[in-house]
Amino acid sequence: MTPSTTKRVWRDNFAELKKPLFREDARVESFRCLYCYDAPCVKACPTRIDIPRFIRQIATDDPLGAGETILEANALGHSCARVCPVEALCEGACVYRDKPVPIGRLQRWATDAVHATGELPFEPGADNGRRVAVVGAGPAGVACAVYLRRLGYAVTLFEKRELPGGLNTFGVAEYKMDSRTSLDELELLFQLGCSLVKGCEIGKDLRADAVLADFDAVFLGIGLARARRLDIPGENLTGVMNALTFIEKVKGRDAKLCGSSKATVVIGGGNTAIDACTHSKRTGARDVTLAYRRGPADMSAYDFEIALAKADGVSLLTNAAPVRVLGKSRVEGVEFAPTKVVAGEVVADAGRRFTLPCDRVIKAIGQETERSIPIQFGVAIDANGAVKVDAKTLRTSKTKVFAGGDAVNGGKEVVNAAADGKRAAWGIHRMLHPGAKPGPRNEYWVSTIEGRAVAPIVNPMGSWS
Amino acid sequence: MKKKARPDLSAACAGIKSPNPFWLASSPPSNSAAQVMRAFEYGWGGVVWKTLGQDPPVVNVTSRYGACDFGGRKVAGFNNIELISDRPLAVNLKEILAVKKRFPDRAVVASLMVPCERKAWHDIVKKVLDAGCDGIELNFGCPHGMTERGMGAAVGQVPQYVKMVTEFVKEKSSVPVLVKLTPNVADIRPPARAAKAGGADGVSLINTINSLMGVDVETLTPKFAVAGKAAHGGYCGPAVKPIALHMVAAIANDPQTRSLPISGIGGISNWSDAVEFMLLGASNVQLCTAVMHHGFRIIEDLNAGLEGWMRRKGFMTLGRFVGRSAPDIVEWKDLDLRHKTVASIDKNKCIGCDVCYAACNDAAHQCIAIDRKGGNRKPHVIESDCVGCNLCSLVCPVDNCIAMKEVPGKEH
Ligand SMILES: Cc1cc2nc3c(=O)[nH]c(=O)nc-3n(C[C@H](O)[C@H](O)[C@H](O)COP(=O)(O)O)c2cc1C
Repeated sequence: MTPSTTKRVWRDNFAELKKPLFREDARVESFRCLYCYDAPCVKACPTRIDIPRFIRQIATDDPLGAGETILEANALGHSCARVCPVEALCEGACVYRDKPVPIGRLQRWATDAVHATGELPFEPGADNGRRVAVVGAGPAGVACAVYLRRLGYAVTLFEKRELPGGLNTFGVAEYKMDSRTSLDELELLFQLGCSLVKGCEIGKDLRADAVLADFDAVFLGIGLARARRLDIPGENLTGVMNALTFIEKVKGRDAKLCGSSKATVVIGGGNTAIDACTHSKRTGARDVTLAYRRGPADMSAYDFEIALAKADGVSLLTNAAPVRVLGKSRVEGVEFAPTKVVAGEVVADAGRRFTLPCDRVIKAIGQETERSIPIQFGVAIDANGAVKVDAKTLRTSKTKVFAGGDAVNGGKEVVNAAADGKRAAWGIHRMLHPGAKPGPRNEYWVSTIEGRAVAPIVNPMGSWS
Repeated sequence: MKKKARPDLSAACAGIKSPNPFWLASSPPSNSAAQVMRAFEYGWGGVVWKTLGQDPPVVNVTSRYGACDFGGRKVAGFNNIELISDRPLAVNLKEILAVKKRFPDRAVVASLMVPCERKAWHDIVKKVLDAGCDGIELNFGCPHGMTERGMGAAVGQVPQYVKMVTEFVKEKSSVPVLVKLTPNVADIRPPARAAKAGGADGVSLINTINSLMGVDVETLTPKFAVAGKAAHGGYCGPAVKPIALHMVAAIANDPQTRSLPISGIGGISNWSDAVEFMLLGASNVQLCTAVMHHGFRIIEDLNAGLEGWMRRKGFMTLGRFVGRSAPDIVEWKDLDLRHKTVASIDKNKCIGCDVCYAACNDAAHQCIAIDRKGGNRKPHVIESDCVGCNLCSLVCPVDNCIAMKEVPGKEH
């Protein structure tokens, strides 16, 4: 492909799917919100943003106030507005079943307004003399850092990569959010004054015990850095890659990618598998097949994501387990066994095999924690490698170490990581300052950790008449 | 299918006939022959021409209009600081003649405003009669600008002037005379009585209400200003309808003006608004803001809506329902204290927004509760505490979800 055609690929095929609202639409849509009393959308949001409140603020022409409401509860509200699966969260809970209020796009309207000012609506807390290390500058780590700064902690983020943001920067479907938007968000948040140590890997560049010795507390927001393996012959052939590596390349707008595959097989059934499929299609692969071991109903990808892949012309192959990647030095195809699911277990048909020719295989079969890190920090993990924590404080088995995000929950949404970061920040604060109260500047976001319960209406006077 | 007879929409207000009850109110839509002819082509029943005055014509300011939006919708209320027609009288008269010639079946009413002198009124009445108008409307309502010159509302607010000027006009007029009243009075009945005493054939109301559209909170200057300054204007549009209805009913029910024909004006946006005015006693209606917002084309749904409603109700002429509801407007002391309703929530329709719950508990009588067992979010009414205030049913976003049902009341 010529440079001008590849340029067009990025522009046309990776243009934002959900465009920003026009001002007029923001007005009409914000006025549709009923301002529910005990709003179900708020309960559906892991960060418990007061959605009716921020929408009312938009409706009443106070977009910056709306932005503040959002960012108080969710430091990553700017990216969540773009990447949240709102259909399954807030919008899915809206009392308007047929046509919910477009909460995600309204949220974007507000956080875009904040970004246009170039200023955060809040300031760091007064220096309290304590230092916290945050390992991993992904959504969980960044959220934790933001709230720790608001509580007056000195925060140092240690990030393995050269750029912060984790999956938000490298792994979100390009048509939902580009890397630039994630980096802009972080730039604004880091105005709070976090120090970021880039290119620093625990165990290689820095020892865990040094971190433990240097800091008053540690937050592990290390995500799921290790891709699962298929463990089948041919997995190491050229042309076999991990989904996240592939998506990162697409997002890096690597021109070599365009038209590099004629036929791609994506293995997996989750949302990342869908992203790998659409990104293959949209970079010019003619035939893209999503191959999944179980039945269509078992796919963990959201329905609207599957619909998107289908609309892109991706073929769905279900009940097919890969047994071998074919090829001499490069991938030439994948051999599958038909499967049945018996009592929840995948059972491959011993006798039958069929082959799908292809020149690229993308594995999207899940990610795991890089176990060496929790082990170095001496914190307990479960059988799947997830870091074990106390649900209320997110404290690990080790007193001064906290953890959250994918490393704990096994891989959820950005908004879950953001909620964890917030919870852990308060957990750390309560550990270092037992019995502490939030104080006026932190009262609001702290109240959103458990969700501000809608007070049952009672009459302190006893009777109404 | 049996073909039903078509209701007759033709109206007569104070003897001024039109094929349907919808007239353009005296305002920018009725400014010129070009506009009025186009309106008549669309089907409007009549027009009250933009108010005519003495030459030289007035000079208007820019800007002239303002609006307030509500709930994301434009123009809930409309404001203007425009004066009367700013075109030479002769031009208007020539155009009135041309319109009447081309549309002999439509009502063409000349709205007039000149200083309170017998001769001035006699002169202009003669001129508009020569132009062939079917009726005359006296603009005693304009609340801004002209009042400072002793005209408009400055006349309408003093019953004695209303009577006097009406008499001047009646001395010369061979066509019916409507007196257009200002709502900027404490009680609308005295000026209406004065109009009747002066010999008016009917009254039209309301003209616009004194208003100020607001302050721009960014610049701290008045909204819709003229070179940074604003003068009070006249308010109209959907927001003023209840005020107008009250005044129409007050005149319809006043023993002294009971049979005085009324041309209803103020916030009419659609056919059912118009029907409400007529049920309270208006023989026809006039529209301004709705036309300024959506153009002449709305006459199509006004006529269709009215006709459909009349057919459903079995009213074959307007006369069958004009004033029908007026007797039900009474004084507070005549309301029945024994009457009692309580709210009743239809659980199947309820979407669980709890808007009624917050409204009732925070702002009414604390008789809606939610039993949160099993994740339920649908509220219920504590009937023994409910005072039947309606608030919950007013704020509920779902049609007919909260009904006010009648229960036995007690003697007081
Ligand atoms: C811009 C504008 C100009 C008006 N000019 C006149 C006028 O010249 N003479 C008059 O009698 N009423 C005038 N009115 C008042 C209207 O005729 C009418 O009484 C009032 O607008 C209420 O009706 P609505 O709510 O349908 O607009 C004017 C109203 C507006 C908005």
